[in-house]
Amino acid sequence: MARTRTPVVSGWFTEDAPDGGGFRLLGTRCSACTAVFFPREDTYCRNPHCPGGGELAEVPLSPRGRVWSYTDGRYRPPAPYVSDPAVPWEPYTLVAVELEAEGMVVLGQAAPGVGVADLAVGMEVEVVGGVLNEEAGTAEASGAPGASGTVWTTWQFRPVGGAE
Amino acid sequence: MSADIAVLGAGMHPWGKWGRSFVEYGRAAARSALADAGLDWTAVQSIVGANTVRSGYPGYVAGATFARALGWQGARVTSVYAACASGAQAIGAARAQILAGLADVVLVVGADAAPKGFFAPAGGDRPDDPDWLRFRVLGATNPAYFALYARRRMALHGDTPEDFAQVKVKNAAAGLLNPYARYRKQVTAEEVAASAVVADPLRLLDICATSDGGAALVLTSMEFARARGVADPVRIRAVSTVTPGYPRTVLDLPDIATDSARAVAPSAGSFRSSIARAAYEEAGLGPEDLSLAEVYDLSTALELEWYEDIGLCGEGEGAKLVREGATALGGRIPVNTSGGLASFGEAVPAQAIAQVCELTWQLRGTAGERQVPGARAGITANQGLFGHGSAVVAVR
Ligand SMILES: [Zn+2]
Repeated sequence: MARTRTPVVSGWFTEDAPDGGGFRLLGTRCSACTAVFFPREDTYCRNPHCPGGGELAEVPLSPRGRVWSYTDGRYRPPAPYVSDPAVPWEPYTLVAVELEAEGMVVLGQAAPGVGVADLAVGMEVEVVGGVLNEEAGTAEASGAPGASGTVWTTWQFRPVGGAE
Repeated sequence: MSADIAVLGAGMHPWGKWGRSFVEYGRAAARSALADAGLDWTAVQSIVGANTVRSGYPGYVAGATFARALGWQGARVTSVYAACASGAQAIGAARAQILAGLADVVLVVGADAAPKGFFAPAGGDRPDDPDWLRFRVLGATNPAYFALYARRRMALHGDTPEDFAQVKVKNAAAGLLNPYARYRKQVTAEEVAASAVVADPLRLLDICATSDGGAALVLTSMEFARARGVADPVRIRAVSTVTPGYPRTVLDLPDIATDSARAVAPSAGSFRSSIARAAYEEAGLGPEDLSLAEVYDLSTALELEWYEDIGLCGEGEGAKLVREGATALGGRIPVNTSGGLASFGEAVPAQAIAQVCELTWQLRGTAGERQVPGARAGITANQGLFGHGSAVVAVR
């Protein structure tokens, strides 16, 4: 029995964008004022100058952007970040990426293997799908064979052309 | 027409890890402020408490909690929460009551008992809470955001980790002289450079600790102060509690993304600079009139950004200011003469009040060895999670 792949938050990204573009972050766009929101805003437009009366329609965000800034986490973050306290802490890298078309900065983890030494402000990066963490199912946890459970999927950024 | 109110009393409980209830710290700070004002608690007509979300139900109703601890006496009561700006909002509420004629004497109190290590969101699964989401989805701690700002300063303005370390060295030297500070020892640039990296490029000594602590102010009408024989009190001339403007283009805690700048063109200047601008406009003075400033140095790099945001120098020139020694004690415009968060650590609802305590002592000329000679005007600046501006201008 395979582990179920589940987005860590539903509706924030798709592995199969409608335009055939593969993995994309999903935001919403107000039809009245063209403002774009990520994470998606489905209940109201937050632009104070919006004439109102618009619909918030789902829209895939740009697949590429430029690094606004970056850092890493050398210490284990507190819950609800999921990590196994029995396993030595592996720092993760965070990248804030400026999407030119949307005029917004989106924060995300870097793809595995991408460290701060691989990044620079202004560098072009692309969004890709990745795994945030995996959870064993109850059967597996109790010692039964099989690999039930959940693979929590997320978005990640990596330098265009791949990480060194 | 003057809209000043008087600061008749200022008091603190020392910062540290004392392991006691926030109520104890708040009560001690309040009694100290009352003693400083020469007033009995029963003379207070209104109490405003800055809330702490970590200390359970009593923390959420801090005004009444402190009133109960001091002894119920029928005062008007207000409790406010605005994250790190809670203290400024408490001062703002007190000022509004005084200027509206609802009370002549208001006690403002903030206190906290913070956990060790990273601040974390409240428990439970709350996927509609941005603070919960940034931890669950990204593991993005507060220092991670501070580090993003620091790295961007390095890329845009050429700041170096050595510049950041100078801020710690400067603030530790001031904190050494402050009996309320948690850390009272000199720190060298080498010690900063030798401390562990928390979030590249920031190290442990670049980032403020979490602490316990309390601070309180007795605020009164000018008429009340004069009637008490205090002809020339320290006066609060402005309290800025502004929200950001849309679109906010700088990634901010706890958000995962900024607003889009495509539908509406962003206005000039950052949210942080708008906080100070509102305070200056209300006070009718500018950065050139300042004798000192207290800014929220959650990280060393962030203090440099505040220099620019409160108008002490142009954009990108913050590091130059600290290199020149302009913001050190004895410099042209000392910043964080109290020692700042670098020396105190964060006791969230108390810190904005503590900043005003420091201005009060400096403007009275009673700051001892860390006194700025002839101090006439000061500003505090701070920013509360989720878009709470916070700045106070005090004059003498
Ligand atoms: Zn709209």
